[in-house]
Amino acid sequence: MNITTILFWFLTVLAIGSALMVIVSRNPVYSVLSLILTFFAISGHYLLLNAQFLFIVNLIVYAGAIMVLFLFVLMLMNLNSESEPSRQKWLKFAGTIAGGCLLLVLVAALRDVDSKSTYALVNAGDSGLIENLGKTLFRDYVVPFEISSILFLSAMVGAVVLGKKE
Amino acid sequence: MPINLYIFLALALFSIGVIGVLTRRNAIIIFMCIELMLNSVNLLLVAFSKMHLADMLAKVPGAVNNGADAQLFVFFIMVVAAAEVTVGLAIIVMMYRNVHSVDVNFLNRLKN
Repeated sequence: MNITTILFWFLTVLAIGSALMVIVSRNPVYSVLSLILTFFAISGHYLLLNAQFLFIVNLIVYAGAIMVLFLFVLMLMNLNSESEPSRQKWLKFAGTIAGGCLLLVLVAALRDVDSKSTYALVNAGDSGLIENLGKTLFRDYVVPFEISSILFLSAMVGAVVLGKKE
Repeated sequence: MPINLYIFLALALFSIGVIGVLTRRNAIIIFMCIELMLNSVNLLLVAFSKMHLADMLAKVPGAVNNGADAQLFVFFIMVVAAAEVTVGLAIIVMMYRNVHSVDVNFLNRLKN
């Protein structure tokens, strides 16, 4: 059991445990904080897979920007566990059963993946470095890159229009 | 790392997101669960890209750049998610301003 395997299992347990905390905890602020922890664990997985660019982008964009936006909106609305709406018991139960069935079916379908010949290259490989990704991005994916800037512009305009008081 | 460990991890995170969407009524929590599902898919794409890289390196020793496309897909998913979050949170704030609640059950007023 080398250090990579230990790190993998630590990050996996951290990700799944904090993801469960997101849907279990009644206080929405705790949910947001657990989700940030989940994103940190997923970023750790990226680093373990040697995808360093995605590691840093995930930290900056998701854990840094998007989750702070969520936290900001939650604080703005002053939500806490007393005002938290909750579904009826049987509906929660049905939802959990439905999601568990989805997990069960997918795991059963993918259980027989031949893991001897198919493994993910951990801790090696240069394809996730900024140099390689930048070359691929600006050689093959220039048009989607430019279109995404238009998407950002329209999202910005849309957010301002929606947030404006009539 | 065997690829099925990553598949099962991504499936578990995705199912937790689905369960959260089905069992919670707070619109912000539902939105966060959608983000969780997006992230599980991202993790699976990165794992598959490294699987492809390992596969290609076994065949062609100099093919170090294989799998960069999948990681760029992840990058574009993050871009789209960031745009989606701004618009979605603006809609939720507007809904809170109108009905003074983030309960999704209030949204059935849209019927009439």
